[in-house]
Amino acid sequence: MSTSLGLYRPGTSPVHRTPAGVKLAVVVAAGIGSVFVRTPAVAGVLLAVVLVAYTVARTPPGLLWHSVRPLCWVLVPLMVFQVLTAGWARASVIVGVIVTLVLLANLVTLTTRTTELVDVVVRLAAPLRFLGVDPERVGLVLNLGIRGVPLVLELATEVREAQHARGQAASARAFAVPLIVGALRRSDEIGEALAARGFDD
Amino acid sequence: MTTPSTPSHSSSRDLAMIAVFAGIVAALGLVPAVAAFGGAVPITAQSLGVMLAGAILGPRRGALALVLFLALVALGLPLLAGGRGGLGVFAGPSVGYLIGFPVAAFVVGAITHAFGAPYRLVPGLLATVLGGVALLNVIGIVGLMARADLSLPAAFSAALVFVPGDVVKAVVCVLVARGVHAASPGLLPERRTRPLAQRADAAA
Repeated sequence: MSTSLGLYRPGTSPVHRTPAGVKLAVVVAAGIGSVFVRTPAVAGVLLAVVLVAYTVARTPPGLLWHSVRPLCWVLVPLMVFQVLTAGWARASVIVGVIVTLVLLANLVTLTTRTTELVDVVVRLAAPLRFLGVDPERVGLVLNLGIRGVPLVLELATEVREAQHARGQAASARAFAVPLIVGALRRSDEIGEALAARGFDD
Repeated sequence: MTTPSTPSHSSSRDLAMIAVFAGIVAALGLVPAVAAFGGAVPITAQSLGVMLAGAILGPRRGALALVLFLALVALGLPLLAGGRGGLGVFAGPSVGYLIGFPVAAFVVGAITHAFGAPYRLVPGLLATVLGGVALLNVIGIVGLMARADLSLPAAFSAALVFVPGDVVKAVVCVLVARGVHAASPGLLPERRTRPLAQRADAAA
């Protein structure tokens, strides 16, 4: 994992400056609209539009490849399978739509700060108040979670070092049990710290 | 480890547990994938985290930990196995498995809680296999059918490749969960002994 957690790439392009809520709405709309794509030509045009947006955002081409590459092990066999059973046209629509949606969603991720997206989630949670959802707590738990990842990685390093020091061989169970027990203990401390700051109900 | 969580509100300790467990699921995604079938299918430890969340935190906190994990992925953290993240993964063909994560954790947790404390291996394995292997794959298969336009038999055989690895993970999960419950008691509800007592009363 890189030192800066997150996939955001800073920039000043129009894509970067579009409000996070608008970008998210476009992704949702594209996801719903993708069901109605029936011809390879339409799929091709949509893919081209997304690629133009990448150019406007000045994204390095390497990042484009980086976001498609993990999908290859699914998409290549899928393409072969669909060509054999449904023909070229249908196969290219199915695979083209998946690639387009993945690239579009990744563009939002690359051009929007995590904090902006957290703010959108907190705003979206506000109407859920009547269900007992507290938007403040949603924001709190998201930020706790962002902190939780490096915290567990630190714990994992400690546990591994302790194992090495005792000369134990690598064993999934001997690693996972102290890691999780340690993590639960740490969450007790965090919980007490939160309660002390008035976050308890 | 004293107060059980009430159904509608999370205490700050519950919030912290949910957040830390989301971190554990993420950390398990960093375990290098075992490449099965000549590297065609990466088998990762991430779904082990799903099973553990249910088996250790129970249905509600377990499911919320996975909802939080998915939210962090959606917000752009590269937490999925192989360093993937961002909104794009929810447009991919494996979206069914992602949606299935909190559902599977809930079901594993619900069955585990129904058996109650102390945590035992056989009921634990039953809970983990039903929720973490069977149900997760069913939801994953529905996702493959919808997103990759596969027929049921094609999606089923695609998912079948993962099942042996999943069963191994279920066994590891149960062994780990037993160790954790032994070290931090109080996470599981006490088993209800009333039916047995009533039976004893009736016999007397």
